[in-house]
Amino acid sequence: MTPARATPLAFSGLFGLPLLWVLLLLVVPYLLMIAVGFWTRQFPLFVPDFQFGNYVQLFSDPQYTTVILRTLKIAVMVTAFALALGYPLAYFLVFTVDSDKLRNLLYMLVIVPLWVSYLLRAYTWKIILGNDGALNSALIALGVIDTPLDAFLYNQTAMVITLTYIFVPFMVMPIYAVLENIPKRLIEASEDLGVGPMRTFWKVIAPLSLGGVVAGATMTFCLAFGDFVAPVLVGGPDGTMVANLLQSQFGAALNWPLGSALATLVLIMVMAILWLSARLDRAGRVAMK
Amino acid sequence: MKSLLWWQKGMIGFVFGVLMFLYLPIVMLVLFSFNDSSVTSFPLAGFTWRWYQAVLANEQMLRALGNSLIVASAATAITLSLGTLAALALDRYDFPGKGLFQNAILLPLSLPGLVTGIAMLNFYKQIGIPQSLTAVVIGHATALLGVVVSQVMARLAKLDARQAEASADLGAGPFETFRRVTLPAIRPAILGAGLLSFTLSFDEIPVTYFLTGREITLPIYIYSTLRRGITPEINAIGALIVAASIGLIILSVGLLRDRK
Repeated sequence: MTPARATPLAFSGLFGLPLLWVLLLLVVPYLLMIAVGFWTRQFPLFVPDFQFGNYVQLFSDPQYTTVILRTLKIAVMVTAFALALGYPLAYFLVFTVDSDKLRNLLYMLVIVPLWVSYLLRAYTWKIILGNDGALNSALIALGVIDTPLDAFLYNQTAMVITLTYIFVPFMVMPIYAVLENIPKRLIEASEDLGVGPMRTFWKVIAPLSLGGVVAGATMTFCLAFGDFVAPVLVGGPDGTMVANLLQSQFGAALNWPLGSALATLVLIMVMAILWLSARLDRAGRVAMK
Repeated sequence: MKSLLWWQKGMIGFVFGVLMFLYLPIVMLVLFSFNDSSVTSFPLAGFTWRWYQAVLANEQMLRALGNSLIVASAATAITLSLGTLAALALDRYDFPGKGLFQNAILLPLSLPGLVTGIAMLNFYKQIGIPQSLTAVVIGHATALLGVVVSQVMARLAKLDARQAEASADLGAGPFETFRRVTLPAIRPAILGAGLLSFTLSFDEIPVTYFLTGREITLPIYIYSTLRRGITPEINAIGALIVAASIGLIILSVGLLRDRK
């Protein structure tokens, strides 16, 4: 739509409402959180201040550095596994399935789980991987093992499986979108020139789909990094993640300034990744031309 | 399908495996909700309705469910009104800080929910909004604006500006033009965004966790119950939620198809 001509003030005034709402209830809270990160903890809660003590503590106290590094590691693993499952899936749907109907149906099947409660999808792994859960009892019933293995639940592996399961669709969506947009004649041209399927993939398809991979990886990584549910449901003592730390700073540990500093750190990291992925995407597009 | 190479046949197996990976856990949840045993083990113990009866008798859970429905409805109503206005403003006007405004609206979609929850908690504490369902509604409505704005803006971008101009030339005021020309055209986007917002709000945990008070929503109830251990009642309410989600999906596919 083109900019409207002379609209009455009342009508334009209406548009001020969402602006004001977003400014007051979204922008200001984020800014305040960043500010509280510099405050000092003092009984009973905290006092305004400007000091870097909270950040120093986050970067020097092994209690926090270990958890931050572990969360990074788990998020990277989840991203890698989601890519390993999601890319071939998207590739198959776009290039191997001939019928549009079947392709759309299969794509829907991949996306539908996103509409099913995220909490429940995490929870269901608890009933599968548990000590007397579905997997252990099935293995016993089949005679594979005699006693339940406790290797399945309450560890980092369980967390990686659960998070990968939850976030695979987020990886498939953008990759599917870019693969679908690759002109089929490019691939035919490559084949006509006698290039084998593997080389066609690496020389033509892979570079053209990089944007989708970056978008999917960014989304998966950020979501996994800040995940709130898996560490509590299926993670164990060695599975404390940033989300647990934040919960305790705003709960039992009652240290809002430290918690706000940590949340700010997450904010900065996620925004840096988003910025980087936008740049990478743009650079990729320029290189293609 | 054309004749497949060996690796393409392998891919069929792989895709089948991934789909199993996506659906088997949900099937497990439903399966065990009918299993007559308090542990989730094989072999299955027999069919029962008792976990569903337990859900119906669990007043705390039902109250939490009621709260969730209220929160999701209220948040959806607010976010749809504000979000549609915001999308129209972004589509129509250039104003200083427009880019920032748009990015701020979309930010909660890419940030982990708990960062947004903590930011809101800090702010509400300072201005004196107590932790309550009201706080949750305001929080959800704000965090979900991005869903509405992105969908409605995408739709607005496809509209023919000449229609609105024609309407204005024929003497319709801006309100009338909106009601009779623009609104019907963006209705599918609003409906879709509404369904998505409702689903997301109904299922939301991190923001809710930080903003809720004594009254809790269903996901928070389930979340805190699960920290203590598994009860098959959760499987039953879970299966009901899965059924409701599938109903919503079918509804939204149907709604969006009819309007095309």
